[in-house]
Amino acid sequence: MRTSLDSYLGIHPQALSLEAQRNELLAANLANVDTPNYKARDIDFQSALATASGNSAAAPSSALPLSPSNSAAQSGTSAAAATGGSGNGSAIDAASLKYRVPMAPSLGGKTVDEQLEQSAFAENSVRYQATLTLLNSALRNLMTAITGS
Amino acid sequence: MSSFKIFDIAGSGMSAQSVRLNTVASNLANADSVSGDPNNVYRAKHPVFQAVMGSPGDLSTAKVNVTGIAQSQAAPETRCDPGNPLADAQGNVYAPNVNVVEEMADMISASRSYQNNVEVLNTSRDMLLATLKLGQ
Repeated sequence: MRTSLDSYLGIHPQALSLEAQRNELLAANLANVDTPNYKARDIDFQSALATASGNSAAAPSSALPLSPSNSAAQSGTSAAAATGGSGNGSAIDAASLKYRVPMAPSLGGKTVDEQLEQSAFAENSVRYQATLTLLNSALRNLMTAITGS
Repeated sequence: MSSFKIFDIAGSGMSAQSVRLNTVASNLANADSVSGDPNNVYRAKHPVFQAVMGSPGDLSTAKVNVTGIAQSQAAPETRCDPGNPLADAQGNVYAPNVNVVEEMADMISASRSYQNNVEVLNTSRDMLLATLKLGQ
């Protein structure tokens, strides 16, 4: 019987990489919390994970509302468009990278809500730790099977 | 590895916020530096932040850059103080246009944002260290 290590570990490696990249996005949002005209960005985790694992049938569902375009998030201001390919081995492509829909308009034109981003960051790091724990136990199981002790 | 970018991002945020704290300190320290010439008086300084988007192939990085320090264009405050050696012919001295209350609020906001970035850094470091221990 042949078992591929990839299929043994399941969805967790993709999830780990996706969570690391989402943390990066949220860190960028938090760093720009005082930048005028900055548009907060995030990914729809469910659909991005579905795409990464090759199952794109899953319906997008996100706790926080996201908009595919910057203009829908807030009109009349300009920011760098989210363009670019996934050629650098990144699981996030332009399609899954979205702009946060602000709950209330702000004077400086920025759409970063400090508390929202903080809680999203906390939630995402817990997800990361959980994925790490699951991966760890899978690897430990494998080691037990190899050494037989 | 991509997670190391968080250190760059949060570091740029911390550096921008410390520039902001520096300008607040300078404004507060000079709040009472009067001058006899209204054109030569200290003016409140405020940093200008700008997001630096990553290259097109790199979607997630958005560091903060301080593009410059803007000087407030509000008129300096005129005080009648004939006894001051700096007073002009009318007995007036000119005080900086620093709003102390505004500066204090700005200081608290900068300090909170700095703490936010430190928190992001600490969490990311813990996550990376946990990843290094994977499979052990």
